[in-house]
Amino acid sequence: MTAPSEYALEVANLKKAFGGLTVTQDVSLTVRPGERRLIIGPNGAGKTTLFNQISGDLRPNSGTIRLFNADITYLPPYRRAHRGLSRTYQIITLFADDTLEHNVSLGMLGLRPSRWQMWRPMASYADIKTEARRALDAVGLLHLADHPISDIAYGERRRVELAVALAQQPRVLLLDEPLAGLSNTERATVKSLIASIPRETTLIMIEHDMDTALDLAETVTLLNYGRVIVDGQRDAVIADERTREVYLGA
Amino acid sequence: MKWVGAALLGGSLLLPPFLAGDFYINLASQILIAAIFALSLNLLVGFGGMTSLGHASYLGVAAYMSALLTSRYGFDHGTAALISISGTIAMAAFFGVIALRASGLGFLMITLALSQVLWGLAYRMSNVTNGDNGVTGLTRPAPFGISLDNPVAFYWFSLIVATVAFLMMMIFVSSAFGSSLKGVRDQPRRMAALGFNPWLIRWITFIYAGFWGGVSGLLYVYYHKYIHPSSLSITSSAEALLGVIAGGSSALGGPAVGAALVLLLKNYASAYIERWNMLLGLVFLFIVLVMPAGIVPGFSRLITGRGAPR
Amino acid sequence: MQFWIIQGLNSLSLGGLLFLLSSGFSLIFGLMRLANLTHGAFFMLGTYLAATALRSIDGLNIWVTALGAGAAVAAIGGLFERLVLTRLKGNPLGQVLVTLGMSFIISDACLMIWGGDSIPVPTPQNLQAPTRLFGFVFPTYRLVLVGLAIVAAILLYFLLERTRLGAMIRAGVDDRQMARAVGIPVANLFTIVFCLGAGIAGAAGVLGGPILSAYPGLDADMLPLALIVVILGGIGSLLGAFVGSFIIGFIYTFGTALFPELAYIILFLPMIFVIAFRPQGLFGRVGA
Repeated sequence: MTAPSEYALEVANLKKAFGGLTVTQDVSLTVRPGERRLIIGPNGAGKTTLFNQISGDLRPNSGTIRLFNADITYLPPYRRAHRGLSRTYQIITLFADDTLEHNVSLGMLGLRPSRWQMWRPMASYADIKTEARRALDAVGLLHLADHPISDIAYGERRRVELAVALAQQPRVLLLDEPLAGLSNTERATVKSLIASIPRETTLIMIEHDMDTALDLAETVTLLNYGRVIVDGQRDAVIADERTREVYLGA
Repeated sequence: MKWVGAALLGGSLLLPPFLAGDFYINLASQILIAAIFALSLNLLVGFGGMTSLGHASYLGVAAYMSALLTSRYGFDHGTAALISISGTIAMAAFFGVIALRASGLGFLMITLALSQVLWGLAYRMSNVTNGDNGVTGLTRPAPFGISLDNPVAFYWFSLIVATVAFLMMMIFVSSAFGSSLKGVRDQPRRMAALGFNPWLIRWITFIYAGFWGGVSGLLYVYYHKYIHPSSLSITSSAEALLGVIAGGSSALGGPAVGAALVLLLKNYASAYIERWNMLLGLVFLFIVLVMPAGIVPGFSRLITGRGAPR
Repeated sequence: MQFWIIQGLNSLSLGGLLFLLSSGFSLIFGLMRLANLTHGAFFMLGTYLAATALRSIDGLNIWVTALGAGAAVAAIGGLFERLVLTRLKGNPLGQVLVTLGMSFIISDACLMIWGGDSIPVPTPQNLQAPTRLFGFVFPTYRLVLVGLAIVAAILLYFLLERTRLGAMIRAGVDDRQMARAVGIPVANLFTIVFCLGAGIAGAAGVLGGPILSAYPGLDADMLPLALIVVILGGIGSLLGAFVGSFIIGFIYTFGTALFPELAYIILFLPMIFVIAFRPQGLFGRVGA
């Protein structure tokens, strides 16, 4: 038996093919607890597909995924959430007609047994309400708590996405292009929010735009054509020849 | 403003026995029964995002079970009701497992196919169900010894059941579970990532909707004192679906209004037109093409000046 | 022994009819993502048209009637598609509901025009005499029906696999967005396929007339069978519709002959089995 793993997330020899097209080829990576990992790569490199396999939206053809040493490779997504995995999405998937507070409250409900309650009105859960407002405050949106999502700006919605994910106090948080489509000011706000996430949460980010995301990362994994090309400390990866090749196309 | 409207409506429901003759009181009872049926369907359609064309299965099964248990096997109404509802719930659980293997149109087709199978069984198994003749000679229950044979008494009974049904569904929909149901309707992937189990949420809702469908089936068979396979037909499911859509599936009370309208239309139209089905079909076309969100949201928007209620 | 042979042949001919009915349904569903609940009514309309035409016009050929009725039903289908369905693009629920509404309209119209009694459709004279094969007696018309279904299957196969139209249809079934992006006129394709499906259903109604007769409720009897065939065989798959039709043809015929009261449950079982273990149907693609 191998010694208990000290990794928060361990992906081993992951493979995913759609018909004739192999999107994830023998991908392995390890992320230590508290680490800030950035996954980069050009379009079509297979970053989101990798995320989808980690979150459980897609089943790999072979390979394993371990979360704090537990094999989650074939667990349905909702079970992974209960083990401390959370994610945000490239496309905002909030509930547009509901208030910010309701969105965050619903997010928090997902891990609680009271989600099966069929008689008490949702609005009566004072503790959830308080915590939801606290989560919104942490992202600077408490003043908009009672507004529907459809009322607020795109950058603010991104922050709500973050609040929803963080409200669950995840052990591992997957951020799928959290800075996409944001203006410069919005980007700065969201970046500082991400930077302030406590170390109890391990962060794994996908970002398309290298320049902005790099200062959030400690370690970087470069993907291309579904394979891991370079993997290691941020500065080392940036300086690496192969990174330049991938982005400038040798 | 909403409360005034609700109070007015509630008040008007208390009026029929005092103001109207037997015919209208009976009509009002039928409206209440149709309303419960449509509201139960809307738990699936409006709140769960699962459109079913087989909801008549639950009305029909409960009705047939009660009819046969009381008339042929000598059960008293109370026990028969319990057994019928339990049977309906079990069937809903079973059908739910099958139907929820698919979603969207696949789900619709499976619910339709299952319901048609039951309908076919009701016709063919004549030594059990009496086939095309239906089950006749039924009686109404007498809760606490009070006879429900006269229209006024039956109306009060239906009103009590309908009120309880409405209140319980309202509680269900505003509960934490109800919120999770609506969430799964709108963003199932997101909800799964948050820790909700979409399949289980849908299945429980399916069963609960079947339960209330069964309750409306009991009221139905008590009222008519007769049950026929046509109550299990597509037409029966379609009428409920039309009520849901016409009334508006987003508001809790919408389907009740829609069901009332469909029933009234059916009643009055049959005085002038023989072909109810054709009219039903045309109304379907009209509603879907012209008023897709239904009537109640339209009105509500007029009164409150805001978007559709949740 | 005669019993088994006869029931076997009945199964085959029912299967053949079901194939004609459900192939159209499956194509429409596969390409347009539309569960066409009017399909049973299209079939029934064909049967009623045949009943009237063949009894009033002397010497009228059933094959010509099938083509004519098929064309008429296709025209009605086409009008419906253009005037109603296209307005509901992007509203799959609405589309299903209007097809349901349309089925009520057609079935009630048939009731109005032809009344409530069952109207038999005459078997073509030259096929009335039974055929003797291997010492057994077969109703000739049913044999011919099976043959026709096979011919139709082959024709449809050629249409889909060997013609440009077929290629476009298959592309549309596989990936509608992509098909549009490469310039395939998807909207026109929809109308063509809907007309084709409706027309085949109408023609099938004519051909099924001698066996089934025209009666109110024929649509409600046929539609669930078509549904079960498609659920079993897989959506958008011609082979699935073919295999599924004959499986259901056998189950329904033998079920009704041996256990008349439970025939519907017997139909039920393979459907549940397939849904439980292979929800995409026997030949459908996952995620269809």
